[in-house]
Amino acid sequence: MRHRVCLTVNGKAEEFDVEPRLLLCHLLRAYVGLTGTNIGCDTSQCGSCTVLMDGKAVKSCTVLAVQADGCEVTTIEGLAGADGLHPVQQSFWDNHGLQCGFCTPGMIMTAVEILDRNPGATDAEVRHGLEGNICRCTGYENIVKSIVAAGARGS
Amino acid sequence: MGRYVGTSVKRVEDPRFIQGKGRYVANIQFPDMVYVAIKRSPEAHARITRMDTSAAAAMDGVVAVFTGQDFKDGGCGSLPCGWLVPDTKVPDRPIVVTDRVCHVGDSVAVVAARTPYIAADAVEAIEVDYEPLPTVVDARGAMDEGAPLVHSEIENNVSYHWALGDQEACEKAFAEADEVVEIELVNQRLIPTAMEPRAAAAQWDAASEEMTVWTTSQNPHPIRLLLSAFTLGIPESKLRVISPDVGGGFGSKIFHYPEEVIVPWVARQVGRPARWVATRTESQMTDSQGRDHVTVAKLAMTSDGTFTGLDVETWANQGAYLSTFAPLIPTALYITLLSGNYKMPGVFGKVHGTLTNTVPVDAYRGAGRPEAAYLVERLVDLAATRLGRDPLDLRRQNAIPKEDFPYQTPVAFLYDSGDYDRLMTTAADRADYAGMRQAQAEARAEGKLRGVGVVCCIEASGPAPSAVAGSLGSAVGFWESGEVRVHPTGQVSVFTGSHAHGQGHETTLAQVVADELGVPIESVEVVHGDTGRVNFGMGTYGSRSACVGGSALVRSAEKVRAKVLQLGAHLLEAAEEDVVYDRDTGRVHVKGSPESGKDFGELAFAAYTAHNLPEGMEPGLDFVSFYDPANFTFPASSHICEVEVCPDTWEVRILRYVAVDDVGKVINPMIVEGQLQGGIVQGVGQALTEIGAYSDDGQLLSGTLLEYAVPRADLLPGIEVDRIETPSPHNPLGVKGAGEMGTIAATPAVANAVLDALAPLGVTHIELPLTPERIWRAVQAAGNGA
Repeated sequence: MRHRVCLTVNGKAEEFDVEPRLLLCHLLRAYVGLTGTNIGCDTSQCGSCTVLMDGKAVKSCTVLAVQADGCEVTTIEGLAGADGLHPVQQSFWDNHGLQCGFCTPGMIMTAVEILDRNPGATDAEVRHGLEGNICRCTGYENIVKSIVAAGARGS
Repeated sequence: MGRYVGTSVKRVEDPRFIQGKGRYVANIQFPDMVYVAIKRSPEAHARITRMDTSAAAAMDGVVAVFTGQDFKDGGCGSLPCGWLVPDTKVPDRPIVVTDRVCHVGDSVAVVAARTPYIAADAVEAIEVDYEPLPTVVDARGAMDEGAPLVHSEIENNVSYHWALGDQEACEKAFAEADEVVEIELVNQRLIPTAMEPRAAAAQWDAASEEMTVWTTSQNPHPIRLLLSAFTLGIPESKLRVISPDVGGGFGSKIFHYPEEVIVPWVARQVGRPARWVATRTESQMTDSQGRDHVTVAKLAMTSDGTFTGLDVETWANQGAYLSTFAPLIPTALYITLLSGNYKMPGVFGKVHGTLTNTVPVDAYRGAGRPEAAYLVERLVDLAATRLGRDPLDLRRQNAIPKEDFPYQTPVAFLYDSGDYDRLMTTAADRADYAGMRQAQAEARAEGKLRGVGVVCCIEASGPAPSAVAGSLGSAVGFWESGEVRVHPTGQVSVFTGSHAHGQGHETTLAQVVADELGVPIESVEVVHGDTGRVNFGMGTYGSRSACVGGSALVRSAEKVRAKVLQLGAHLLEAAEEDVVYDRDTGRVHVKGSPESGKDFGELAFAAYTAHNLPEGMEPGLDFVSFYDPANFTFPASSHICEVEVCPDTWEVRILRYVAVDDVGKVINPMIVEGQLQGGIVQGVGQALTEIGAYSDDGQLLSGTLLEYAVPRADLLPGIEVDRIETPSPHNPLGVKGAGEMGTIAATPAVANAVLDALAPLGVTHIELPLTPERIWRAVQAAGNGA
């Protein structure tokens, strides 16, 4: 039994026949071929696989591909524009907001939503906003710094 | 001083990561690939009485199902242990078990299928009957008379006994001591939890008989060696091991794992590329874990607080099998650190490495050194309490004075350099330690549970002279290779045997080589993690990449400079002693006339055209060096942590965290600070949240990130880091390791702060992690819970 899923990924229309149990993260990685969305756990704890679905940050391992039917999905690959890096990406680079890079796509996508809701987010607000994302390398210091700085620059 | 070393150059590796272009093993995909999934044991100790793979094999999309016997018959050897102390008993560790499982997560059978989903379904369809056997999980209890045996041939579950130190001086110290403080503590099991789960992929080329293996390893060359010589049996010359971008390691990706054998073996069997990616749950139950010591110890001192002796006995849990470097961690990386930063004549330690029905234990960030630091720093705080002394003051009294370096400890190490008093006073100034104590007194007067923790810690990083490692039980050397290849255009490729999995070597090693040669950093690329491109190297662990890997590159760059200078002199028609190599510009010119010189690029080109070389000079400009360090380097740290414990919920809130570290000369301050911050939060995790917990029957109770509490962003309010520098005198860069110091110091800093906060309630010890429940229980037990 397969279901047709039509969705837009990074502005491009995509269409697949999928098993109903297929997770969005696996659709993005194996079907669309966008491997920037990393998978770090199997209990929706780590947030590495966070993408934007209709503008909202979701953990793509908790979303069935069929639930994304008709949605607009933005992954880390779709964040930079023609004029270069997204300000959050640039800020992560400027502030050493990453080490091994594995949690980074999820962190950046979550940060985009945090700043979308609250462009002037403070250090404490950013720490609270990152509760669904785990980083094992940075101790979060420079991730928080990157997000606060991106917010300050944007506002 | 060059242009780049010492400055915070932005990381050159970042653009790919921030754009989702990381090249992780799980991203490797080929047409016709098969996906491997592994049937794991749900039992900690059991005999397999029946296994039926027929339903799995018959499933649509399943390509093959293999059992342990298939791997054995197919020529796969057991996983070896690469560090053996005298009389080590090594249990056999098959790639896939044949008749008996020894820990939850042991591999039982293997499926290869057309998709990962089908492979997972097929694993579920494999039927296995287990006859449970008695289990043992506790490091010390494993040695008890009558305890169940993990391996029947290994008596009392003892893999080895080991001891080091001056036992006579130790006994004398205690016989003459005015005061003795004692402690019994557990250094709990931790699960490293790199964010990228382990993975392996492989492609077999039947025509050339060459195998390529991609693996999430911190050291691809030793993995190739082990695959070739022990487990897979393909000649090294036909085996290429690539560790591309690796998403964190913290030690857990050093070791040779069964899946690194399973995946290439399956690829060859089925004649298709193969890939396996661990689920998080699989990682938590099969990645080698860390710590897990039970220790009893005592510290002897005179009435004026001078430390005179330390006596330590530790039971170290090694798990069900000996992982690649397991016996090293509680021996030569633990007992050797028991002198801490202090002058103590009588240090003696012994350790018993025991086997249990748990996941194997091996190096995890710090590896032995955090266990030593936590023990020593808890004892020093107990001593301060006993003597009624300020803990910082007592530490300063006993610290090794800077004029005593190099300092020979009673437990083998020769500390290279340090200034522990300046380290502590810098931390105290930065934290306003006196002000913290004042604020604590005021808070206590208001009935608040405020505490201040202070530590001074030592690390041994950049192991080790190879001959010394060999004498201590290592099967390998700990040198590093570094090649500097100057291309005809003057571009430079740097090949390092070190491996980066978050540390930023592509930037820091480029900084080093750019300065050594006087070329722009943009013209230097760093290549690592591929046995097909890089000379044999030992990889990255023990905070060794800058001090050992970086030093190898300095040596190669020196050789490049010498040849360029000689060639430049020849082309300038001057004597070598009359020309100079300008390390700011990479130009060679006649002394006193910089305008009449040759650019680095011109000279590189001339080296390759070879139209006009000095007599006897070979063409080309490419040098490799193998650098064997003269000693470890010895970073040190003093951290101060201020906490408050909530008397209603018993939660610990960190108010301030101040870290002053000495990691020698610093190549990139931004990256070093990042290493310290990340390390500190891992150490705080051990203190407050993390435990790899097992039930008595060997079930892993913290097998997912739901139960295993990795620190989140709101655990700390921020970290204040500062540094002092005492350069290492024995490597050309003056650097010491920076990767593990934060982790080592943070656990005792937080533990000391929490116990200081709870001191008015009569609580003197709580086992880690200091969760609200454990604190509440301790307060109740002390009779002060009202």
